[in-house]
Amino acid sequence: MSDIRFTDQHEWVRVDGDIATIGITDYAQEQLGDVVFVELPEVGKDIAAGDEAAVVESVKAASEVYSPVSGEVVDVNGDIEATPAGVNEDAMGDGWFVKLRLSNPAELDKLMDEAAYAEFVEGLQ
Amino acid sequence: MSEPAAAADTLKTTPLHALHVELGAKMVPFAGYDMPVQYPAGVLAEHLHTREAAGLFDVSHMGQAFLTGPDHETVAAAIEALVPGDIRALEPGAIRYTLLLNEQGGILDDLMVTRTAKDGVLFLVVNAACKDADFAHIEKHLPKGVALTRLADRALIALQGPKAAEVFARFAPEAATQAFMTGQEMSVAGLSCIVSRSGYTGEDGYEISVPQGDAAAFAKKLLAEAEVKPVGLGARDSLRLEAGLCLYGHDIDETTTPVEGALTWTISKRRREEANFPGAKIILDQIANGAPRKRVGLLPEGKAPAREGTEITDKSGRKIGVVTSGGYGPSVGGPIAMGYVETGSSKADTGVELMVRGKGRPAKVAAMPFVKKRFHKPGK
Repeated sequence: MSDIRFTDQHEWVRVDGDIATIGITDYAQEQLGDVVFVELPEVGKDIAAGDEAAVVESVKAASEVYSPVSGEVVDVNGDIEATPAGVNEDAMGDGWFVKLRLSNPAELDKLMDEAAYAEFVEGLQ
Repeated sequence: MSEPAAAADTLKTTPLHALHVELGAKMVPFAGYDMPVQYPAGVLAEHLHTREAAGLFDVSHMGQAFLTGPDHETVAAAIEALVPGDIRALEPGAIRYTLLLNEQGGILDDLMVTRTAKDGVLFLVVNAACKDADFAHIEKHLPKGVALTRLADRALIALQGPKAAEVFARFAPEAATQAFMTGQEMSVAGLSCIVSRSGYTGEDGYEISVPQGDAAAFAKKLLAEAEVKPVGLGARDSLRLEAGLCLYGHDIDETTTPVEGALTWTISKRRREEANFPGAKIILDQIANGAPRKRVGLLPEGKAPAREGTEITDKSGRKIGVVTSGGYGPSVGGPIAMGYVETGSSKADTGVELMVRGKGRPAKVAAMPFVKKRFHKPGK
């Protein structure tokens, strides 16, 4: 079964077994505006929770995408590298950034669930 | 994700503020004003629309003023004491892009000077962030009999793009035959306006100085035309960068001279010979013997944009300059930038490296503009 969690930096992480898929939220893509460039890590790289996992650039600015959890990069989304607008079109789905093999699943407990994140975003508007 | 911080202090507003909000704009602080950075269409769509049809921009935050004196020769001499451009030679209705200089030859601001139809009256348009300092500086140096009058009661609306002339002619038939870089007073939709055929996008178009109380209704009339969409500061920035135009405070400032800024073309032969503008000694020496650095266009070879502040190195890793404006060019379809490099590395096609996130990324010095300019010439 898959479970989705959120950070207060507007990343999401969806967990399926020991694989975590990471992306930015719909709120984040909306705030960024048109995404024109995405830089993804190398497969095999170890990333700690809170480290920069990727870079996303809109027409306006560059932003770091921080990894919500620790693990080894097992896959990156080449589609958004080729077509960065895919992040705007489906941030929560096909616009994912990286997949990690979780090294410390307990980190997930510190993250917000869907309801808590919705409330958090509500508070920002 | 990291997000740029936004400061929300007591910001000034333009006469179009309520219209921006009504149109769903995202408002940001800019030069002390609460300004629209983009509308719901987004920066990319607004940019491309301006290159395909016509974009409407609120530039009311910019500073407008009349400089008045007994005759053209007197007012021209008054402003020429502060700028290196040839103002005296302007025909009535002609506009000159020029620079306010300090005694070291540094640029205090860039501005547009129009010789109006009325003898002894120049129309000035300066940058929003600099306007108070500029006007104080100008006033301080004026001779007796020449006065500066700020036009704080006028809004400034830009209509830019290949369809701008066709649209604008519906409101002001006279404007259709206006040449690029000319300005004149004319009635537009019944309003008394100063219409300049000029802009900051690399496209044909107009900048229309309109009484502030009528500005919002006038903007709505333009927006009601099928070809016109509102365009925010975000696309204004990407449009001017593609056109190779300087953004004051970024690409030029008090520490850069016109020669370093690749703006030597703004200094006429007569002004060079007379050598009577601020910083003339330094600037003329740089014209004769070269300046240590030069503003150039930069085309990254990969896809990563290089933003302002990015270090430029040569192929051996030695620092040779810095990016002053950079981002994604929607019409170019890739990253573009401008910056300063050592003059020895300023020739087009010179290979350089841009240090983006700690990694050197190959780029080439490139001629600007990055897109072809499409200004209106008479008889076309």
